[in-house]
Amino acid sequence: MTTLFGFPTQALFGQLLLGLINGSFYALLSLGLAIIFGLLNIINFAHGALYMAGAFVAWILLNHLGLGYWWSLLLAPVAVALFGVLIERTLLSRLYKLDHLYGLLLTFGLALIIQGMFRLQFGVSGLPYAVPAELAGGTRLPFMYLPTYRGWVVVASLAVCLTTWLLIEKTKLGAYLRAATENPALVQTFGVNVPLLLTVTYAFGVGLAALAGVLAAPIYTVSPMMGADIIIVVFAVVVIGGMGSIMGSIVTGFGLGLVEGLTKVFYPQGSTTVIFVIMAIVLLTKPAGLFGRSS
Amino acid sequence: MGDPAASVSPAGTAAPLLAVDRLEGWYGESHVLHGMAFDVREGEVVTLLGRNGAGKTTTLKAIVGMLEKRRGSVVFEGVETIGLPSRKIARRGLGYVPEERGVFASLNVYENLMLPPVVRPGGMSLEAIYQLFPNLKERSTSQGTKLSGGEQQMLAIARILRTGAKLILLDEPTEGLAPVIVQQIGETIRRLKADGYTIVLVEQNFRFAQTVADRHVVIELGRVVDEIPNEALEANLEKLHAYLGV
Ligand SMILES: Nc1ncnc2c1ncn2[C@@H]1O[C@H](COP(=O)(O)OP(=O)(O)OP(=O)(O)O)[C@@H](O)[C@H]1O
Ligand SMILES: [Mg+2]
Repeated sequence: MTTLFGFPTQALFGQLLLGLINGSFYALLSLGLAIIFGLLNIINFAHGALYMAGAFVAWILLNHLGLGYWWSLLLAPVAVALFGVLIERTLLSRLYKLDHLYGLLLTFGLALIIQGMFRLQFGVSGLPYAVPAELAGGTRLPFMYLPTYRGWVVVASLAVCLTTWLLIEKTKLGAYLRAATENPALVQTFGVNVPLLLTVTYAFGVGLAALAGVLAAPIYTVSPMMGADIIIVVFAVVVIGGMGSIMGSIVTGFGLGLVEGLTKVFYPQGSTTVIFVIMAIVLLTKPAGLFGRSS
Repeated sequence: MGDPAASVSPAGTAAPLLAVDRLEGWYGESHVLHGMAFDVREGEVVTLLGRNGAGKTTTLKAIVGMLEKRRGSVVFEGVETIGLPSRKIARRGLGYVPEERGVFASLNVYENLMLPPVVRPGGMSLEAIYQLFPNLKERSTSQGTKLSGGEQQMLAIARILRTGAKLILLDEPTEGLAPVIVQQIGETIRRLKADGYTIVLVEQNFRFAQTVADRHVVIELGRVVDEIPNEALEANLEKLHAYLGV
């Protein structure tokens, strides 16, 4: 058996891959949170619940309508985004002039309601969702075994994150979004429909969460609490990366997934707390986050 | 009080491009505009003069719809805009260059320039803008806020010229800038006037205002207290010094 730093390489790479997978979800979720917070000034606590809803929509599409994984990858984000439009238009849009706290409380309440509804309907035990046939199996690499689906999740998440980054940094729509994040009132005096931009942005952000939910369905069991478990870590990721920073949330998401994986190899007892320890250190030394602009 | 009749055009018939009347404005509970009233005719350059805190910026914000709590009447091209959201006011052909310039840090110079949507045909082409402000072309890939103060002011004006807006509201474009730059901005304003733009210019520096304006509206504590045609400015210097406290 080969070893690296005295640890079996198999285990090391296995944990690194797990870390990358977790990081893929952290990145997708914190990216959506960052975009929403940047433009809407809302700390979207419902993000985890909408991630869970995305996974459930995939499960429902498969089991009630016979629509498989690839359809879900398209339809679940759209369905959740439409629900996001409803939330933004009817509830969030009333809070923009108030303190952050109100948005946080409202979306926290929403998260509880959404989770409660799914729990009533589906119970807490969790439902299985099979890996799609096209992505079943795996490859034996020289240093480890790579399940195809896990490789796909990492690649898909990276691709979606980078596309989103390009959309925001390199397109006209992205320029509106960046400008409105800085000074919405002024952008509005140019004749830009900023309220519409806010709606679209919220829908897009929660659509990303739903996409992450569909990607997660074959890996974790589909359960009403899956969002609540991950969202706490994702908030820590967002705080570490810097609230509102796009590239920051992507890099920090993947990076912290890896750090978590490595900790599992070198100091397993610390693996569940390492992210929060890093958060505390970052808050103490660089309160705006690693990539945040301090104001 | 000055003689408002002196400022009415000889014909006096054509409806003004912009008519502000009984305009009241608030920041929260604090009542800042108290029945502002003045007209701007097409092709005119009108300045709003007044001391710090007189309400010049607030008047512009109320006209463009940025001041949420406002009442009274603002008629632009015959259409009442007091109840419209600012994006709809802008779409009618009104361009606003804020006092703080509002250049976006997360956009490069080119993106800043292209940001405001075209609201009417007949705006300046990018080439014409680059001819007027060559620096903006040279620095098109720099971060917007990395420009010098003068260049940022040029950028803030240039991006509005692209949109086809026919009425431009300029809030203290010369504030804090070097004399050469002030001169360049003066030339730009005269050039725009020659091209048929209508301009409302907020100024503290009436010596500069004198070189570009047709008429001066003097504001004190959120009210118009006087209107002075540019030709009469020299004759009214003492009065003006008293208004401006200089
Ligand atoms: N955001 C705000 N909230 C509350 N009060 C404000 C705000 N902005 C301005 N004011 C107050 O409103 C009054 C008018 O301010 P305004 O900015 O319109 O003056 P101004 O004539 O543009 O002055 P300056 O020459 O200094 O730019 C002042 O008393 C000012 O203190
Ligand atoms: Mg001012």
